[in-house]
Amino acid sequence: MPKIIINGKEIEFQKGMTVLQACELADVEIPRFCYHEKLSIAGNCRMCLVEMEKSAKPIASCAMPATEGMNIKTNTELVEKARKGVMEFLLANHPLDCPVCDQGGECDLQDQSLYYGVDKSRFSENKRDVKDKYMGPLIKTQMTRCIHCTRCVRFATEIAGVPEIGAIGRGENMEITTYLENSMQSELSANVIDLCPVGALTSKPYAFEARPWELKKTESVDVMDAVGSNIRVDTYGWEVKRVLPRINENINEEWISDKTRYSCDGLLKQRLDVPYIKKGDNLIKSNWDEALNLISAKIKNIDSNEIAGHIGDMSSIETIYSFKKLFEYLNSPNLEIREKDFFINTSDKMNYLFNSSITGIEKSDLILLVGCNPRHEATMVNARIRKAFVKSKLPIFSIGNPGDLTYDYKIVGENTEDLKKILEGKSEISNIIKKAKKPIVIIGESALELKSGGYIFEEIKNFLAINGFINENWNALNILIQNASTVGGLDLKILKSNFQNDSLFFEKLKNNKFKLLYLLGSDNINFKKENEFIIYQGSHGDRGAEIADVILPSPAYTEQNGLFSNLEGRVQECRKASYPTGEAKEDWKIFNLISEKIFAKKLFHDFQSIRNEAIKEIPNYSQINSLPNFNKKDNKKITFNFIPEKIVINKIDYYYSNSISRSSKTMSECRLKNKIFLKDGTNN
Amino acid sequence: MSIKKIHTEQPNDFIFSNENLKIAEKILQKYPKKNKKSALMPFLYLAQKQNQNWIPLAAMKYIAKYLSIPYISVYEVATFYSMYNLAPVGKYFIQVCTTSPCLLRGADKILKICKEKISQNENQLSEKSQCSWTEVECLGACVNAPMMQINNDYYEDLNEANAVKIIESLIQDKPLKPGSYRGRKNTSPEKNNQFSQGEKNA
Repeated sequence: MPKIIINGKEIEFQKGMTVLQACELADVEIPRFCYHEKLSIAGNCRMCLVEMEKSAKPIASCAMPATEGMNIKTNTELVEKARKGVMEFLLANHPLDCPVCDQGGECDLQDQSLYYGVDKSRFSENKRDVKDKYMGPLIKTQMTRCIHCTRCVRFATEIAGVPEIGAIGRGENMEITTYLENSMQSELSANVIDLCPVGALTSKPYAFEARPWELKKTESVDVMDAVGSNIRVDTYGWEVKRVLPRINENINEEWISDKTRYSCDGLLKQRLDVPYIKKGDNLIKSNWDEALNLISAKIKNIDSNEIAGHIGDMSSIETIYSFKKLFEYLNSPNLEIREKDFFINTSDKMNYLFNSSITGIEKSDLILLVGCNPRHEATMVNARIRKAFVKSKLPIFSIGNPGDLTYDYKIVGENTEDLKKILEGKSEISNIIKKAKKPIVIIGESALELKSGGYIFEEIKNFLAINGFINENWNALNILIQNASTVGGLDLKILKSNFQNDSLFFEKLKNNKFKLLYLLGSDNINFKKENEFIIYQGSHGDRGAEIADVILPSPAYTEQNGLFSNLEGRVQECRKASYPTGEAKEDWKIFNLISEKIFAKKLFHDFQSIRNEAIKEIPNYSQINSLPNFNKKDNKKITFNFIPEKIVINKIDYYYSNSISRSSKTMSECRLKNKIFLKDGTNN
Repeated sequence: MSIKKIHTEQPNDFIFSNENLKIAEKILQKYPKKNKKSALMPFLYLAQKQNQNWIPLAAMKYIAKYLSIPYISVYEVATFYSMYNLAPVGKYFIQVCTTSPCLLRGADKILKICKEKISQNENQLSEKSQCSWTEVECLGACVNAPMMQINNDYYEDLNEANAVKIIESLIQDKPLKPGSYRGRKNTSPEKNNQFSQGEKNA
């Protein structure tokens, strides 16, 4: 490996590194604004100047490739003077409004001017004033503060794939703006707020809410989709003030979707704080005793076969486990976790996971999407596909039309016949797939939901297995699960593996065969209520609570501990950041209370024992935050009948996909903006 | 009103005329197929020529689609270069050089005449959109200072009297001839280049 001398210390570096990266290896801190490791190099802030031997002028370390034998100095007078000079220029037009700036306390410019700047200003002229730009309901702008690092421009173009931000004008008149001040049409738009090293782009919903040092920070995971993005929940007292991304290179890198970030204001609204009981047409405030008595009386009088439970989209593994235990005690077989009747073969864990793993997308050389829209179903997976696309321009094919995915792909058919042709080798696409070294096939819930869902899944699996794409090193079979709770629920065998009976729950539900329906935070199932007695246990007064006869308040995902298995089967911990509202009780405690009423016996003693038991039940579990172990692959083929039909990708109301985001004011604004955009386009 | 700000009244559509389409295709041939976005600047200039010397938003969108690049990239380029006009200018667009050599030779007086004869403010259209004027930085004709550029022509070696004449001729739509107003040929000395004759290295 080549060597470089930094401050007299010789270190080895990898070929292709820049001087700045080499300095980081040597534990030497270089101040920077425009440089960001996930973005392309711009070299326009000049803050990272260092001295290089044999160079008369200081060099911008972020843009200079490190070479063998370079002698870099970062602690000399020249460097210090250069940094001071650059900082003085940056501050020449930067307003001194830190006391009223939301970035204060976590501002790169503030920190670096303290360490590398001058203590006073020589600039007595007028500062330039820039009109604030509109960038949508999430991003608050104060463009006078902008130092033109162009991180946001590069993010929008490179990572988000929506080239809508740019720098107009030049010299002193340069301004950062979206095209004609439209809102940014991306699910990743709010990441520019984190990227902005100054207070030019700040969070609109969080404006003037709190200072960073007042907040309690809890590391957690997101449950808005099945990706399991790593987040940090910042709370002020009880209130969740904001959600920020946490770096996890395996999942979300350092970005999160707008829904993950901004549905948190939904945690303050529409909350269920006390038990409610329906009397007449109204839900009346009640208390735990009354509600539990009513429930136990109902359960005792109803045949166990007519009792059904549905687990919602944001339930943790422990909650699902304890719910399943309760239903075992009740002796009821009717438990469901899917929101729609899509095909899942639960005989092997591989059959419902994103087996190639999210990082595996980058290693892949071909992607085939089957009936899925990763942009809305798993935003961070889509960002990774885009990253792979930008890096290697890999061919991407889609069966079904998912719309704009921020990268180029080719639609190779919209019917099951087209898929059949590929799988039978009658299409040129199948040869392309066979020739690929590491292909990825992503099957969406929309495809599995079709009548031929079983055929689609089993035949694709068979095709991949025959061609050797399911082996120890590579597994090309991927299912794109949409809900955070689904993989955990399937792990806990909520679905029996005899898929002939899979639709039974939905049939019975549709024909109103159940007399008692227990909705565990479940708001998205589609059915018409008749005479069912409905118990809703959840955090928000949403669709489920609307039809309920008894409401039991329970905490939201930020208010109780729990494990979640993401779509790759990676089990992660969601931690308690805040407290449940009012009289709400943790889910497992509610099950305990019900069990006590009916059987005069507690189900569980403490939370830890539930977790230990639940983890034991998870097949192929390795350890927390890790991918599951796979030893033997079950490649047994099950034959299903082929049914010719159109593969339609279900449109997701992205900003309104669960009870928390539906309660969120910010998400409503985003949804409205999006609707206007879809109607009018950018044609103005 | 500034010509670098988007004009409030915009035409709805813009397409290249048949003639310009042919030129555009010729321009495209100069660049490799994968780099067709390189044709952006000549395209913008072409659009400006076609549309009375200014570029409407519709033209930017048209070009963006033509070259398959994002709108914002076209917008960035169009706002960056000072020679792209983003708002209407007069039929005769007068650019007065006010950089040091011209200013020393009396460019400020020409500016004053422009203000009196055409419009009080820079980039403000005169009656019937006949003329508009703007101050520019060095146009590279310092030898013939002071000077102004009217559309594509240089009017050089001006003084107050002939500047008034030129501008009045423009207002009447009968423009005078461009070139030096002291009878010089290009940048040669005034009295029939006697000076350099006989001196080899002059």
